[in-house]
Amino acid sequence: MSSEKYTIVIGLETHVQLQTRTKLFCSCSTKFGAAPNTQTCPICSGNPGTLPVMNRRAFDLGLQTALALNCTIAPFTKWDRKQYYYPDLPKGYQISQYDLPFSSEGHLEISDSKGRFETKRVGIFRAHLEEDAGKSMHDEQAGKADSKIDLNRTGTPLLEIVTKPDMRSPAEAKAYLTELKLLLTYLGVSDCNMQEGSLRVDANVNLHIDTPAGKIATPIVEIKNMNSFRAVEKAIGYEAERQYADWQETGKKLGDPGVFKQTRGWDDTAGVTRSQRAKEESSDYRYFPDPDLVPVTVSPERIEEVRRTLGELPAQLRTRLETTYAITPYDSEVIVNQERKFVDYFTEVAAACGDGKMASNWLQQDVLRVMSERDLTIESYPVRAAALAELLLKVKAGDVDTSRGREVLQRMFDHGENAAAAMSALGIEKVDESALVSLCEELVAANPRLVADVKAGKMQAAGAFVGQAKKKNPNANPARIRDLCLEIIAKLP
Amino acid sequence: MHEQTATELLGLLHSGKVSSEELTKAYAERIAAIDPKVGAFLRVDVDGALAQARAIDARRKSGEKLGKLAGLPVAVKDLLCSQGDLATCGSKMLADYRAPYDSTIVARLKSADAVLLGRTNMDEFAMGGSTENSALGKTQNPWDLTRTPGGSSGGAAACVAADMACLSIGTDTGGSIRQPAAHCGITGLKPTYGRVSRHGLIAFASSLDQAGPMTRTAEDAALLLETIAGPDPLDSTCIAEPAPRYTETVREPLQGLTLGLVREHFAAGLDGDVERAVREAIKVYESLGAKVKEISFPHAKYGVAVYYIIAPCEASSNLARYDGVHYGRRTDEAKLVAELDAERKELLAAGRKREAEQLDTSLVRLYRKSRAEGFGPEVKRRVMLGTYALSAGYYDAYYLKALKVRRLIRQDYDEAFRQVDLIAGPVTTSPAFKIGEKVADPMAMYLVDLYTVSANLAGVGGISIPCGASPAGLPIGLQLQCPPLAEDKLLRAAHMFQTATDWHQRRPKL
Repeated sequence: MSSEKYTIVIGLETHVQLQTRTKLFCSCSTKFGAAPNTQTCPICSGNPGTLPVMNRRAFDLGLQTALALNCTIAPFTKWDRKQYYYPDLPKGYQISQYDLPFSSEGHLEISDSKGRFETKRVGIFRAHLEEDAGKSMHDEQAGKADSKIDLNRTGTPLLEIVTKPDMRSPAEAKAYLTELKLLLTYLGVSDCNMQEGSLRVDANVNLHIDTPAGKIATPIVEIKNMNSFRAVEKAIGYEAERQYADWQETGKKLGDPGVFKQTRGWDDTAGVTRSQRAKEESSDYRYFPDPDLVPVTVSPERIEEVRRTLGELPAQLRTRLETTYAITPYDSEVIVNQERKFVDYFTEVAAACGDGKMASNWLQQDVLRVMSERDLTIESYPVRAAALAELLLKVKAGDVDTSRGREVLQRMFDHGENAAAAMSALGIEKVDESALVSLCEELVAANPRLVADVKAGKMQAAGAFVGQAKKKNPNANPARIRDLCLEIIAKLP
Repeated sequence: MHEQTATELLGLLHSGKVSSEELTKAYAERIAAIDPKVGAFLRVDVDGALAQARAIDARRKSGEKLGKLAGLPVAVKDLLCSQGDLATCGSKMLADYRAPYDSTIVARLKSADAVLLGRTNMDEFAMGGSTENSALGKTQNPWDLTRTPGGSSGGAAACVAADMACLSIGTDTGGSIRQPAAHCGITGLKPTYGRVSRHGLIAFASSLDQAGPMTRTAEDAALLLETIAGPDPLDSTCIAEPAPRYTETVREPLQGLTLGLVREHFAAGLDGDVERAVREAIKVYESLGAKVKEISFPHAKYGVAVYYIIAPCEASSNLARYDGVHYGRRTDEAKLVAELDAERKELLAAGRKREAEQLDTSLVRLYRKSRAEGFGPEVKRRVMLGTYALSAGYYDAYYLKALKVRRLIRQDYDEAFRQVDLIAGPVTTSPAFKIGEKVADPMAMYLVDLYTVSANLAGVGGISIPCGASPAGLPIGLQLQCPPLAEDKLLRAAHMFQTATDWHQRRPKL
């Protein structure tokens, strides 16, 4: 999508629903999918006289995330009211954080194993906590104009993470979101379920265009309502082209009089963004500190305590896998992008078989494939790490070749047998070295044409020996046969 | 019977000389006879109160251990939520609002086995100094029915003054307990901010609102405060420290008491009768061994201005939920839609297409009309003030500035309390004013809070006790203010005065 015509400038705002059992300011459940208005109390419905009381757990989850995003934590943070009239906002204001968010100035590193962009740090302006609003449902069937409000979601804790405009392509935006989601999953702070709205993304997009008259910027557009990373990628790509065309047509630039930030929605079916606000007006939310909530103070000791509990995060984990097990960044990415338990499985196999690359190949080519075919998690995958490592050791020792090794693994999977039992059930046994030598000598003698080819430097001819040998003895190790045949031929006059 | 103090009545109830049912009946009869003249109550639930009283009597008879206020009737200002009951805030907006939950104060009264007698009148959403802003009824000062009882807890003050209840709960945002207490000749205590939970107190200005007792005597105030004060997990601004047993210390005189007199409280504008009464009261303290020290509140003069920024800002936000959609009276929707259609048609017919396009949507019109119809003029005035002061471009000049001055006012108090134990002075500039006298002049009405607002801005405690009378016989109050959480001292000082004088025993002739 990158183009010489312009540079795309992208900043993302992500709303993450934190995984607490109860809401941010009351003790109602946050469970998804309950019947409308069954998870509400006088506080969530904003009844006169009710007061919010902060959920410590929600604050701590926010703190964990902010620390994992390398943010600075404010020693003192307050809550503000953001005022606007909306049917699903019962109090007439939303409790959020305005000028003193609890965290700011962090970053998240993104990289691309496919090499589409250089590894870079995406700056984080701030991450702050706020309460979610309710949900309006409009029934506009023929003859009906019913609007219903469900307040179950009201007061659900959200962490809003705002990046700097540091991304330059839809691929970078997607990489940021993928990395963010992975980080959140590793921290266990959110279930990141986009269908249920646990992760909601808005993108601020504009273009920097080189013109003969100098560099210009197009007006900023905020794209809302994107419910998948693919949609984010597509929407930004679409929006870039649209803004370029719009600029060519109208010449409107950022900062021109009468030019405001525009809000557009993404229509996934049509694959276009559409303007959402007819009147371009700057909202005045009349923010002011919420007098019902006491400020929150966070001590340096507390910050250190939380930092210690973060565990190994994806970026560190990748580096560790690459250095400890000598695997490629691509491989470490595939492994780390699975759940944490999968990484543990990998390290156990790699350590036990003493070959990280081999473990990585088997996990990617065999284990992951079966997991996805059978819809298994690594915990429900029946071959445990120790058993797989035992098989890999046998493969390494030449007791069984790779392709028959796959059959062994399949049998281990189907019958719950260990490697040795599966091999014996399949009739696989190690062929005695002397038997192999005599088999190879026999083959060399019987195939003068092939011998001539090899001598002429056509090494692929050696493959034909392997095929013939396997027919005579299915347990023969192909690599060993190849080596032995080549050795014998080399000794021929 | 109804002329006795709560402490005395509690003794009679304990000894079995009187039953709660008899007492409740006596009050109900008194209310039936007197309240048509005074208008202190918005609603009296005689049947409910009698049922409660009988249940308590039965439990007492069976030897059950009862709560602190067992059998004593209490009146409550109509902005405290009580499950299943109306809580109108003196507003048309909430005339039909029934709270689905108990406020902490009501819950504590219930668990203290108090009898909930009825709900008292107030300025709409507690905004006002005369109770003339109530949309639901008029309250007269029992001492002179042509005068206001003060406000906003005018009903709460008048019902005690006229012996229709011996205990009532008021709220004080800028003086709304102390000022009506002074005008009605009773004892009114505004505790330290956060001493009493605000959970279930329908908010006017959250950082200033504080509920407190309105009673005949300091002893009674100690009893009621002890019942309602203390930490509350449902209000994070409520102070975590447990409430002391005020009733156990209230009778101890204060040795070596130093009273501070704020120079700025005795400046131009103070009515001569009030000044004389207050100075007399201070002499009483001196005769009881107190020392007096003059102090200065350099920022006192900004109090009212700061208050009238901060309180309306918070109010504009707190009252946003009364929009006819979430809460509050909703305008007639069919009429609204018809009106809107007619307006649109008219504009289009006149060729004013642009204006027609810019007409309200029906939702916006619903908010506008519901609020326009539901709120009274004073509430609207303050919502507009607050909305303006918080809007972009004005926030720094007004709200933020006000917060800074508020801090300075608090510093004045901190400085003063390093030198003196309590601050003594007037509550109001003059005795109760005539009904209608200040209605047309909002600024004059705002100035009635001159001596009381600073305590709210600083979050300190204050009490008003009767200390004299004007030549026309109207009560005059003495204000004592204390450092945060020093209510025990405040009550002891008030009690000292009430043992040496009998101003608190005067009764209006009704």
